[in-house]
Amino acid sequence: MSPKDNTALTPDRKEKGFLGRGVAPWAGFGVTLRTFFAKPVTEQYPFKGKYPAPFPRYHGRHQLNRYPDGLEKCVGCELCAWACPADAIFVEAGANTPDEQYSAGERYGRVYQINYLRCIFCGMCIEACPTRALTMTNFYELASATREDMIFTKDELLAPLEEGMLPAPHPMVEGLTDDDYYSGKVTGPTDRQAEWVRLHRPGDVAGEAVASGAAGQGGQS
Amino acid sequence: MSTPDLVACTIDGIEIEVPKDTLIIRAAEEAGIMIPRFCDHPLLKPVAACRQCLVDVASPAGPEGKLRAFPKPQPACAISVTPGMVVNTQLSSEAAKNAQEQVAELILINHPLDCPICDKGGECPLQNQAMSTGRSVSRFEDKKNTFPKPLALTPQILLDRERCVLCQRCVRFAAQIPGDPFIALQKRGANQQIGRFDPSVLGVAETAGQLADQTAGDIPAICGEPFAGYFAGNIIQICPVGALTSAAYRFRARPFDLVSTETVAEHDSNGSAIRVDYRRGTVLRRLAGDDPSLNQEWISDKDRFAFRWQAAPDRLERPLVRQGDQLVEVSWPEGIRAAVEIFDSATNPAVLPGGRLTLEDAYAYSVFARTVLGTDSVDFRARPSSHEEAQFLAHFVAGAGLGVSLDDLAQAPAVLLAGFEPEDEGGIIFLRLREADTKVYSVAPFASRGLRRLGGKLLRALPGGEASALDALSSAADGPRAEAAAALKGGVIVVGERLASSPGAYTAALAAADRLGARLVWIPRRAGERAAVEAGLLPGLAPAGRSLDALADDVAETVFGGPMGLTPGLDLPGIIAAAQAGSVDAVLMGGLELADLPDPRAASAALNTAKVVALQVRGDSISPWADVILPVAPPQEKAGTFINWEGRLRPFPQVLTSTALSDARVLQVLADQLGFESRIGELATSHQVFGWLGKPSARRAAPAVAPRAPRPLGAGQAVLSTWRYQVDDSAALDGEPYLAASAPAPVARISAVTARAVGVRQGDYLNVSTSGGTITLPVAIDDLPEGVVHLPAKSPGSWTLVTLTATDGDLVGISAAHGPKEVAR
Repeated sequence: MSPKDNTALTPDRKEKGFLGRGVAPWAGFGVTLRTFFAKPVTEQYPFKGKYPAPFPRYHGRHQLNRYPDGLEKCVGCELCAWACPADAIFVEAGANTPDEQYSAGERYGRVYQINYLRCIFCGMCIEACPTRALTMTNFYELASATREDMIFTKDELLAPLEEGMLPAPHPMVEGLTDDDYYSGKVTGPTDRQAEWVRLHRPGDVAGEAVASGAAGQGGQS
Repeated sequence: MSTPDLVACTIDGIEIEVPKDTLIIRAAEEAGIMIPRFCDHPLLKPVAACRQCLVDVASPAGPEGKLRAFPKPQPACAISVTPGMVVNTQLSSEAAKNAQEQVAELILINHPLDCPICDKGGECPLQNQAMSTGRSVSRFEDKKNTFPKPLALTPQILLDRERCVLCQRCVRFAAQIPGDPFIALQKRGANQQIGRFDPSVLGVAETAGQLADQTAGDIPAICGEPFAGYFAGNIIQICPVGALTSAAYRFRARPFDLVSTETVAEHDSNGSAIRVDYRRGTVLRRLAGDDPSLNQEWISDKDRFAFRWQAAPDRLERPLVRQGDQLVEVSWPEGIRAAVEIFDSATNPAVLPGGRLTLEDAYAYSVFARTVLGTDSVDFRARPSSHEEAQFLAHFVAGAGLGVSLDDLAQAPAVLLAGFEPEDEGGIIFLRLREADTKVYSVAPFASRGLRRLGGKLLRALPGGEASALDALSSAADGPRAEAAAALKGGVIVVGERLASSPGAYTAALAAADRLGARLVWIPRRAGERAAVEAGLLPGLAPAGRSLDALADDVAETVFGGPMGLTPGLDLPGIIAAAQAGSVDAVLMGGLELADLPDPRAASAALNTAKVVALQVRGDSISPWADVILPVAPPQEKAGTFINWEGRLRPFPQVLTSTALSDARVLQVLADQLGFESRIGELATSHQVFGWLGKPSARRAAPAVAPRAPRPLGAGQAVLSTWRYQVDDSAALDGEPYLAASAPAPVARISAVTARAVGVRQGDYLNVSTSGGTITLPVAIDDLPEGVVHLPAKSPGSWTLVTLTATDGDLVGISAAHGPKEVAR
């Protein structure tokens, strides 16, 4: 770069006059003076006020999604853990059995942990997930006084049950395969799934509510 | 060995000389060129089933030797190199590259691409080669073939037919290597699939679906029903896709989670090379290692699957001390103090270290017994044994160093097996014998399934009558005995530990080897027995085959820190009897099970009388008798050295991080606390002793025991033939239900004549009894001598030592039974 270019980059300012040069050292206090009379902006976070949601694609806390009938999407493949540059994810898979079917297909994520002390919210795990089980929410209020609390386990990460969902475990929609689940052929639990939950988990309140009311309209679309 | 004929050829422009009959794919490997492949396996015969290795080949033809190319690409795995051949692989030939891409595309047509849920994902040749030689985008848009999955081929092996690329490695392995063709290619065309005999697949019967319904996690109710051999697990490892998976490892980890350690298997005396994979301190699977001179790339299912015993729920972490009726967990100092009190007050202690120790631990027991405890009553044999055997071991095995090797066995003109069932008691020895051209003869009551698959000849002998049979070898004028005698010149006689219950058999084997010009080798069943012999864990035997009573001063100084003045000690039956009588008042025990001792009831009574300090990995088997239990490390948590039956040192590293102490370390602490300046833990000393192995020393006297005279059989009496099956009720299988379920069904084998005499037919139940108890098993008619009944020694419902207090060669009563009975263990 030539010296000429260099001068071109320097801002073109007028030389200050005598008064200007005299006041310059105190000019900065003008800001201070102004704020003496302004209204203070102390945010009583998180106790008061409403805070705008971040942008829709903000990388917040993760969520493990469910199919519309309530079965988990996670198959415990560990590709998220593999992709994670911060080694924040720990997964151990398990085999679904007829009595305990948590996800569609043969395999489910038995143990799922994300360590938010390590997570850098880069979203590589989301890209790696083959079943779109793992997505990120906009939730950013991740703070705690202990290290243990910052390791989120599967029950904390699982998406809340939406209207009409039956909590796992319960059998898959009869006659459908995991491919059908993946391609969106399931819209909600069927009567037989509801019946199964009533029979096998009679004490389950969440399942009971759905099984007695909402179920029936769902199933195969 | 002479230099093999070399053939010169050119591969991708690289000129290379390889031995005659080398396949192109192997020659390319020599030249550093990787040709993709699925069906090809160096230890299986070529089949060219997958067509993934297509290459352009041209070879000189015609009188002028002009180079003529094959019109189409050829499979590199099935064509041998010829002189002047020019091969162009995917690296230099567009046609070969194109052919390989198209084959990869064809193979992937029906592959489900469910890699995220597949156990092979991450270590899968199909994944790798689809990336390296496949097309980047699939053009296939139709529906893929689907099958219900997974199909349980055996309890421990699951088949996912969708993922299969029909390379037939598994089918070829089963037929060629162990000779258990339990699976085959079925159906034709697009429906072609691998399967076991299954009516629903073959469409031959209305009762379809019985086997197909068995899916993952189902363990068949009938034990033995899906028995597919002792080596079936190898097909999981050689499957180039995720079609064959292990029920125990299913969905447990991905390859990148695992830390792998090359180590040595602890289940039999071969010391097979294995690879242990663990995740976060838990061993999840074991694979065959690669040791061309030993187990090649195969291991037995027991070596592969049975590892959870090392982390079983009854695994001990702290010392236990008896307080009243209970064993109470205490700290190490308290545990050591309690053990020290027992040994301090003992007047006549004895040591039963068991047969599964490393050389270092065995050596520590040997020195601890002789110096600290001042006793020579030490016997490693936790099984039926004899004085003759101890003499034989001291005379022939101890200090002998490297003897007959597995390669020698495979290259010998003939092998004679005595008291040794090649498959049940030999593990991978069976595979090597089957692969070799060696003629196999077996001195046994009947041709076992293993012997039949070896194409071996039976030299029939009654159980306990092996001595006479060996003596009669050279006196026979013709027939198989004479044939065996002739073939054995330069051959090998293999004697197993079962000969201990056959009086005179070791004497006869030594004589026969001498007479016939054959070499002799002793093959025990357990991993630590050879090391125990070398460490001198027998009465009167010092380490490295030296005699304890005539020990040179310098040796005594090195090993024991001074001359020995010990009275001759007792062997196992002697120790048990003396403990029962009260003259042996303290017993130091290593890892052994009372159920394996010749008379478990007497042993139990004896140990109740004497004070017992046990060094145990697990607590359950010994706890009722022990006064102090000090926990020690299982093989995967310590480093050590096994000596396999060849005499080869098989050192292995510590696999898992652990605070558990080895037996030698615990004995060192005990010795220190007992006030001995011991040399037990000194590696330098023990390795100096190992250095003596194989150095000539004065041989101890050979046994001279006469064969047992034939015994007349009363009505309803029979001679018991029995041995431990490879997969049985062994404590090593604890926590591994899938493997245990694949065990052969326990049956009582008798001849048709004996069956008629007793009044039973095939499938009826037979009572086999002694004064101790009765074993009831279904009858299987087999080619046994009259008046012989064969039972598995420790299979479900058939624990001969515990129930009958009888072993191979003993007399038992047989009678018809009316139904199955649960046999109390």
